[in-house]
Amino acid sequence: MTTVIKVEGISKTFKIHHERHQSLKERMLHPRSGSTETFNALKDISFSVDTNETVGLVGHNGSGKSTLLKCICGVLQPTSGQIHIRGSLAALLELGAGFQPELSGRDNIFLYGAMLGFSKKMVEGIFDDVVEFSEIENFIDTQVKFYSSGMYVRLAFAVAVNVDPDILVVDEVLAVGDERFQAKCIDRIRSFQDEGRSILFVTHNADQVRAICDRAIVLDGGQMIADGPTHESLRIFREHLMDSAVEHDRSGLLASITIDSITTPSGSFDVRSGAGMHFDVNITSHGAYSGNFVMEIFTRTGLLISRSDAKGSPVNLTPGQNRVGIDLSQIPLLDGIYDVNIGVVDPHGNTVIAWREQAASIQVTYDGREGGLVELGAAIHQQ
Amino acid sequence: MSDGSTTRVDRRSLENDAFRVVSARDSLVTRLRNLWNRRELLSSLIRSDIRIKYKNSALGIVWSMLTPSLFLAIYWLVFAKFLKNGIPNFVVYLFAGMVVWNMFNTSLSTATGVIVVRSGLVKKVSFPREILALANVGAATFYFFIQLCVFGLYLLVVQHSPDYAYFWLLPIAFLALYFFTAALAILMSAITVYMRDMEHFILIILQLWFFLSPIVYSYEHSIAPQLHAHGLAWLYFLNPITLIMLTFQRAFYVATTAPSTTQTVVIRGHTVPLVLKILPSWPMSTYFYLDLALLGIMVIVFLLAEVLFGRLQGNFESEL
Repeated sequence: MTTVIKVEGISKTFKIHHERHQSLKERMLHPRSGSTETFNALKDISFSVDTNETVGLVGHNGSGKSTLLKCICGVLQPTSGQIHIRGSLAALLELGAGFQPELSGRDNIFLYGAMLGFSKKMVEGIFDDVVEFSEIENFIDTQVKFYSSGMYVRLAFAVAVNVDPDILVVDEVLAVGDERFQAKCIDRIRSFQDEGRSILFVTHNADQVRAICDRAIVLDGGQMIADGPTHESLRIFREHLMDSAVEHDRSGLLASITIDSITTPSGSFDVRSGAGMHFDVNITSHGAYSGNFVMEIFTRTGLLISRSDAKGSPVNLTPGQNRVGIDLSQIPLLDGIYDVNIGVVDPHGNTVIAWREQAASIQVTYDGREGGLVELGAAIHQQ
Repeated sequence: MSDGSTTRVDRRSLENDAFRVVSARDSLVTRLRNLWNRRELLSSLIRSDIRIKYKNSALGIVWSMLTPSLFLAIYWLVFAKFLKNGIPNFVVYLFAGMVVWNMFNTSLSTATGVIVVRSGLVKKVSFPREILALANVGAATFYFFIQLCVFGLYLLVVQHSPDYAYFWLLPIAFLALYFFTAALAILMSAITVYMRDMEHFILIILQLWFFLSPIVYSYEHSIAPQLHAHGLAWLYFLNPITLIMLTFQRAFYVATTAPSTTQTVVIRGHTVPLVLKILPSWPMSTYFYLDLALLGIMVIVFLLAEVLFGRLQGNFESEL
């Protein structure tokens, strides 16, 4: 384990011009006018990333995650603090930003490689891999301005992942390309992980973070609010989203409902695989509310196994204590501990009214022969 | 899993690598080192600059020789035929000044807006930003050498043999030109981010600068007498381009074989070849010391420009 990225007390302040005087005349006439406001995009962030680690950087829009990433890549200079980086770094900030539309795909591969900081000799060595990965063999000598947007992005991604970086920085780029190419990218990211490289992955898609990252860092309003194992950090992320939603809630609806506890008739959360289970959810409500009810079951590694809701029959909450029952007719899961999340959402399913992350953990015991997550009871016989 | 662990062993250990530091302000030494480390990017950008410029034209790279030749023909028509300026063998004189001027002019007119034009790149990819401006200077340097070749061919054709004894001064003068051009180019590219007017303003400045430099007229012949009378000759030499041009003109224009040199005139009691009335009648050592001093000053100017650029680039993202 070697530290490859060490972020020490990074802050970034932007000046926001309310009136921009960019022409000479305006500058002469109003040398100091036009109010400027400072905006702290990042406040004293510190963390480090080791080799062999895949770290997710999570936060909603405006949380400062892209600013932090740009500082790490050296595109932005932090206002204070230092970042130490070891090894080569390839950043997928905006794919194809360095392309020259007038040049051919071939020329652009070399140019983009040089921009990422790799030598011509090295790019020559991986040239064939890049072309093959990007699937544009027939157009490699065509000017890039004639490429479709998909080809453009594929070529850029192919260069960045084939130049053999020690650190790969990915910023929401997986949203582009068709599904097959996306799967290919995820595959490539996984092989990077196997090779012990470091990956810094920025997204606001919690599912992608769960699928790829070992560790997640949560930013909110420029501050780091969590840094730990993925499911821990994501729990904090969700709770935090909830809290800030409560703060901004004008009707006061959100604060009026709380999920207090979840219990079972026997008091135990142990269950044999294949058996059924009953949960009682205790909810305190300060007013009457009719809404939908959601339950999620996750593995400890953060994989979503099931998400179910009340299916159109609303749950009517009355002021005071409420009790909602959940019946699981059978749990075909294999050995392990599973986390249960419970939530009350509005009837359209758009807004979360109350949420309890990891409301309960169930322990499943299984003594059958199947492997994996669930028992499907496959019977194999010759016909 | 076994596959994964073998590659893990194969991967280069990073333990002994030095840390690169990203911080609020880098020292000049760090910035120069970064610049040097990214020299491959610089050469890639220069090559792509040159290729793009001639990509879709039928004559392609030939334009880089054709354009200056045609400009030359126009200036020659105007100043040697219609508005006679009394310089014998004017095309050679003009050509020697124009190669220097073109390098300076092309660099500045392309580099001034380059950071604004390529703001998409500046906001997304990490590299020393001044490389963009330096790439324009690099491309102009390439055209400079092409024009020098055209010039050489022309001299062969008209059988004008330059004063080879002075040629060893040319690299010094060229380096001074390079550092001065590069300094102004990176500075202007940064200033334009804050004041977009510069893109237009620079064209006017360059036009004025053209006539402040001894390209289409002779310093010794037209300017020196007036300035000397008031003791203001130094004023004209505040323009660093002047000395560089004089060196180029001294080396290329003062012929060792052409008939014009046989004409002589008497200046301050000395009999000198006519062409030396066009150029200052300094001995070679004066040219050498002046050029060397200029080179030294221009290296310092370049370093100052780097420092200033470093200050200015901190706020690029809020202006672009």
